[in-house]
Amino acid sequence: MKSNLMSRLSPALGLIIGLLALAIAARFLGSMSLISTLTECLILMVMVVGMSIFIGNSGVVSFGHIGFAMIGAYASAWQTCCSGMRQVFMPGLPDWLLSANVSVFWAAVIGGLLAAAFGLVVGVAIMRLSGVAASIALLSLLFVVKTIYENWQSVTAGQSSLVGLPLYVNLWVALLVVSVSILVAQLYRDSGFGLKLRATREDEPAARAAGVRVLPQRLIAFVLSAFVVGIGGILYGHFLGTLAVNMFWLDLTFVTLAMLVVGGLRSLTGAVVGTLAVTIVREILRALEQGIEIRGHNFAAPQGIQEIGLSLVLLAILIYRPQGLVGDRELGRPKVT
Amino acid sequence: MNPLQLAVDALSLGSQYALVSLGIGLVFGVMRMINFAHGDLITLGAYALVVPSAADFAEPYIGGFPAIALIICIAAVVAFAALASERVAFRPLRRRGADGTSLLISSFAVSYLIQSVILFIHTGRPKSVSIFPELTRQIEFAGVTIALVDIATIVVTISLLIAVAAFLRFGRTGIEIRAASEDFMMARLIGVKADRVISVAFVISGILAASVSLLYVSKTGVLDFRMGIPLAIAGFVGTVVGGMGSLPGAVLGGLFLGITSTLLQALLPEEMRPARDAFLYGLVILVLLWRPKGLFGGRNTGERI
Repeated sequence: MKSNLMSRLSPALGLIIGLLALAIAARFLGSMSLISTLTECLILMVMVVGMSIFIGNSGVVSFGHIGFAMIGAYASAWQTCCSGMRQVFMPGLPDWLLSANVSVFWAAVIGGLLAAAFGLVVGVAIMRLSGVAASIALLSLLFVVKTIYENWQSVTAGQSSLVGLPLYVNLWVALLVVSVSILVAQLYRDSGFGLKLRATREDEPAARAAGVRVLPQRLIAFVLSAFVVGIGGILYGHFLGTLAVNMFWLDLTFVTLAMLVVGGLRSLTGAVVGTLAVTIVREILRALEQGIEIRGHNFAAPQGIQEIGLSLVLLAILIYRPQGLVGDRELGRPKVT
Repeated sequence: MNPLQLAVDALSLGSQYALVSLGIGLVFGVMRMINFAHGDLITLGAYALVVPSAADFAEPYIGGFPAIALIICIAAVVAFAALASERVAFRPLRRRGADGTSLLISSFAVSYLIQSVILFIHTGRPKSVSIFPELTRQIEFAGVTIALVDIATIVVTISLLIAVAAFLRFGRTGIEIRAASEDFMMARLIGVKADRVISVAFVISGILAASVSLLYVSKTGVLDFRMGIPLAIAGFVGTVVGGMGSLPGAVLGGLFLGITSTLLQALLPEEMRPARDAFLYGLVILVLLWRPKGLFGGRNTGERI
């Protein structure tokens, strides 16, 4: 029985152990900046794993999930931000929220649930679309959320930033949350729901013929992934200590999607590997931007090389390794043929 | 607000969106791919007007040419960029028989690449440039002032739509494009050359993007490295609302979006106007709930199996 459970959770457990080893190594060998880089990487991984719950199982690419990160992040800020100054920054909040004193844990749960509830409402409509039309509708969803939050001056500070979020996210918090997210994604993947949804990904007419109802199956994955991505957004806010609407826009969408594609859209292992790989590429490019000291001369690549480099990496992966680094495989499981 | 002025505003924005939707719809027809980078082609066309530099002040380059030369040069630059993106980023994937998802992500990467390169060369500060100064005049008509550029936008759009329609109806390549949009496999079997048809669709799409760049810049006079994004999103949504795969649907979808947007701007209470786009796209979601295949959907709209 025990070994059965172990083998059922094997990819997730393997990934978590790998990340734990990485975190311990960074803690004992690395500098402060390495630890902070790894923490940020794990936070992005929460979002990428969340996106993969929907994208990986349904085969519908979403350009809108970062909107859920924004909803979660602001919802948590409404409950926990800037003690005493909340009235000044966010005068539009209702009284019960202005005086609320929620612990960061419950604030995160509530923020994630808000993102999931929003996902449920819009998902009922958008999940009717399929393929490319759904991707575009999800993009306009991100656009809508951004426009609303940018103009909702009295509760989001509009185009300026909120500062003073409690800084509770460190390496271990990020590791814990990413581990839970990976476990959730794994359990969903292996559940009957995940299996049915992947059947619609492979062949929608055949899945329909076998009695799978596409809309509810997609909706379940969509809401679950909205929750996880929302939690990722909350961690991001409480890691940086500041929130701005611009943080949750095309750049973050591009980076997270690149992580997913580079690793392999179709597998959970791919989401984790891709996040690590893209982080390494970004760090190398960032180091190049800062320059290398050779015999007293500083050779620095011009600013902006990072974004250009990342787009080229993504294009190269799509052209030369379309299934991503990992493809269909999962850690610790035999290759599916 | 005067109804005549409102009508001109609505038609002007509607035609701009219709041009974007048609450019996206043409490529979608032959490739079953939404070209994410279409908006960035518009941005590229606008930035090609000025000398590439990081300086705050934008010095006109092509933007200083005489009108005819200016239009031809910008159209050539954008059409070339569209063609190049097809060669580099889409053709290798197509050869391998990649699915629509990979193509979509690939075009997203191209979009981000163009933005990053423009950001790299021109920096993120908005620049101002003035082209066709005679268009900024206002004319008095029946007691209302109308910007000449709005009239020009409507006229240019109608002429371009007629030209594209005539080409698709009577030109040999045009007929091939329509055949390929209907059934790509069948078209190839009866001798339509896939690469050629797709290249021509990209060139026309690029020329349409260039015309939007010029109309947009002559109206606003501002360059920004993400100026194409809102236009592209309007264009995508226009094609989806109109019914994917139908070119008249794309044009009508774009027009519908522009007109609705202008009406919302005029009719919404003052304090809600900044969030107009939220209402607009909320409305779009309602329309899609009512008709998931779009308002004017064609038959053959599924992705290629």
